[in-house]
Amino acid sequence: MAVPLVPKLALARAAGALSRLRGGGATSVPGKLLLKLEPDAIGALASRLDRGSVLISATNGKTTTAAMVASILERRGLGLVHNQAGANMAGGIASTLLSAARPRGRIAGELGLFEVDELWLAPVAAQLSGLRAVLLSNLFRDQLDRYGELETIADSWVSALRDRPAREAMLVLNADDPLVADLGRDREGFVGDGEDRVGDVRGDGNGRVVYFGVEDDSLALAGMAHAADATHCRRCGAPYAFDAVYLGHLGHYHCPSCGRRRPSPTVRAGAVTLEGVRGARFRLSVPEGAAEVKLSLPGLYNVYNALAAAALAVALEIPLAAIVAGLQGSRPAFGRAETVTVDGRETRILLVKNPAGCNEVLRTLALEPGEHDVLGVLNDNIADGRDVSWVWDADYELLAGRVRSVTCAGTRAPELALRLKYAGVDPHRIRVIDDLAQALTAAAADRPSSDGAEPLYALPTYTAMLQLRELLVRRGEASSSWR
Amino acid sequence: MALSTSTGRTLRVCALYPELLNIYADRGNLLLLRRRCEWRGIGFELTGSSLGDSLDGRGHDLFYIGGGQDRDQQLCAEDLLRTKRASLHEAAARGAAILGVCGGYQLLGHAYAIGDEEIEGVGLLDVRTVRDPGPRLIGNVAIEVSLEHELEPRMLAGFENHGGRTRLGADARPLGHVLKGHGNDGRSGHEGARQGATIGTYLHGPLLPKNAWFADWLIATALRIDPSELSPLEDGLEREAHRSARRAAGV
Repeated sequence: MAVPLVPKLALARAAGALSRLRGGGATSVPGKLLLKLEPDAIGALASRLDRGSVLISATNGKTTTAAMVASILERRGLGLVHNQAGANMAGGIASTLLSAARPRGRIAGELGLFEVDELWLAPVAAQLSGLRAVLLSNLFRDQLDRYGELETIADSWVSALRDRPAREAMLVLNADDPLVADLGRDREGFVGDGEDRVGDVRGDGNGRVVYFGVEDDSLALAGMAHAADATHCRRCGAPYAFDAVYLGHLGHYHCPSCGRRRPSPTVRAGAVTLEGVRGARFRLSVPEGAAEVKLSLPGLYNVYNALAAAALAVALEIPLAAIVAGLQGSRPAFGRAETVTVDGRETRILLVKNPAGCNEVLRTLALEPGEHDVLGVLNDNIADGRDVSWVWDADYELLAGRVRSVTCAGTRAPELALRLKYAGVDPHRIRVIDDLAQALTAAAADRPSSDGAEPLYALPTYTAMLQLRELLVRRGEASSSWR
Repeated sequence: MALSTSTGRTLRVCALYPELLNIYADRGNLLLLRRRCEWRGIGFELTGSSLGDSLDGRGHDLFYIGGGQDRDQQLCAEDLLRTKRASLHEAAARGAAILGVCGGYQLLGHAYAIGDEEIEGVGLLDVRTVRDPGPRLIGNVAIEVSLEHELEPRMLAGFENHGGRTRLGADARPLGHVLKGHGNDGRSGHEGARQGATIGTYLHGPLLPKNAWFADWLIATALRIDPSELSPLEDGLEREAHRSARRAAGV
């Protein structure tokens, strides 16, 4: 006999309360238990959402992009069920739904907004009968010990999108990432195939595609960064040729063998101005028109995040003015370009977790004049990837000649220090303090001048970012984001 | 200070398929070689040789082959046989150093398996890489190696991530024996392979930053001098990084 859902929800909630009492921050504990008791819990709870759900996946920018989408939708008065703390495997999503579930089959919210881990896209999508849109932003080299090769993830996405309900949801894809753009090629009548179907962008999905992309030649890099991944045409197997490279392997490309080109996007960013670590501006074009957007988040990577959020909003029929207001009102997500005060010193936390993301943070930092104080934290816990090779793929050379001091902390601190030495940072400016609390105190205290106006830049890996925030909360210098 | 015998020399390195075989931060290996030569006043020349390029077997002291995605590695395997095999054999015969890491190690053998297919390698190492139904061999690893010019066995630390199981033939010696981790096949206790100055290993991380002493051994071997002839460097951070990688492996 099937046990009804309600007692299972109660049990999972109790487990979550117990885990919090014991000081655990793990937001996925109750959800994991719930999924053990009821494997279809995500589908069952999400079916209570009147307006269905949307999914967001990517290697980089999931949390920030979802926060931007939330900022847009909440301004429209939409009630969201959103895994905003970034717990993005099935357990985290189930936990989010669980905490929104109310008695008598109700739920506190209308639309589900879920960021989902790359490898969890297929199983989560399969459960969401009310799936309206899937936003896929980028695929970069990341944690090869956990995720495997890029092509393997791309293949798993292909199969995730092949079946219902994803097959019938609107697809929102980055035209500039060939691996991602190819996912929309087989769909009938994708928007941006050169035919004028602008009016079709709105509506209920029906498996259509909205492409977004950057169109600004002034941003093009001289060549591919070292960490850029070779990408091949999925139709004929030849390597793509790039006419412009913006970020990693994102850019304008074509296949020299079969002639396949980057789809031309309907949601575009042009006239991009990067304002160091403070923000960025760009001109956003959507089928309805165009407008200036001023972001308080820095770097081209956040322009891409904003563009992705805008494209998803277009798919959800949100007017341009509301999109712009939502983007401009976006604040940094948890540990992503967040600013805190440590012992009276302004400290900016910039999450780095893989070469492509790290390069964008370093590129953004390099736009700031003067020499910087940096706290680099390299951990090798499972969520960071046990393999720390990737620091040699990231372009720390961008810091050479630009740092006054670097403090290296974390479980693999000496290996980060060595990377910086070989990147050309003066070894006398590098120190290793494995313990994060001691390193933070030392780095904050070591100020270039008494007025202390220069910020400290903290560059932690994922679990290091969580530890750093926990330390700051304990010191009363940041608010807890655990809910 | 007396100039060491290496000053005024140039280490000529050739990286094979650097834009395809680089997924485990292979660039870190090349950077170690470059800096450690430059800091000693040894010249450093790096040449890339990719798909379709010919290879000068006499023009380089050290050849480096890294690892790539399956599809890219297969493209490289075909190209190696077609355009570079003879030159590599010529280089090995005259004593040039050849280092293959991960996929590069597999390519140096007679053949490696991918799915149900067997791909032919250049056959510089008497090894063969097969598949078995077990999981990928992933994790931190430490091995003990005994090399000429070194007075006692030394340790190499790194990270391995491979699906293939590599079996040694009669002509290949293991590079080292496993202290922690899986090694060639998770069973034999062997890691890597060596024939003369041709070396293959699954250790990335990358290998040379985690083991700066081995970078020096390679430089010396490629230049055909004794490592003790290389002038010493300020290696405090290098030693700390080596210890950190060993700690991660549990040694």
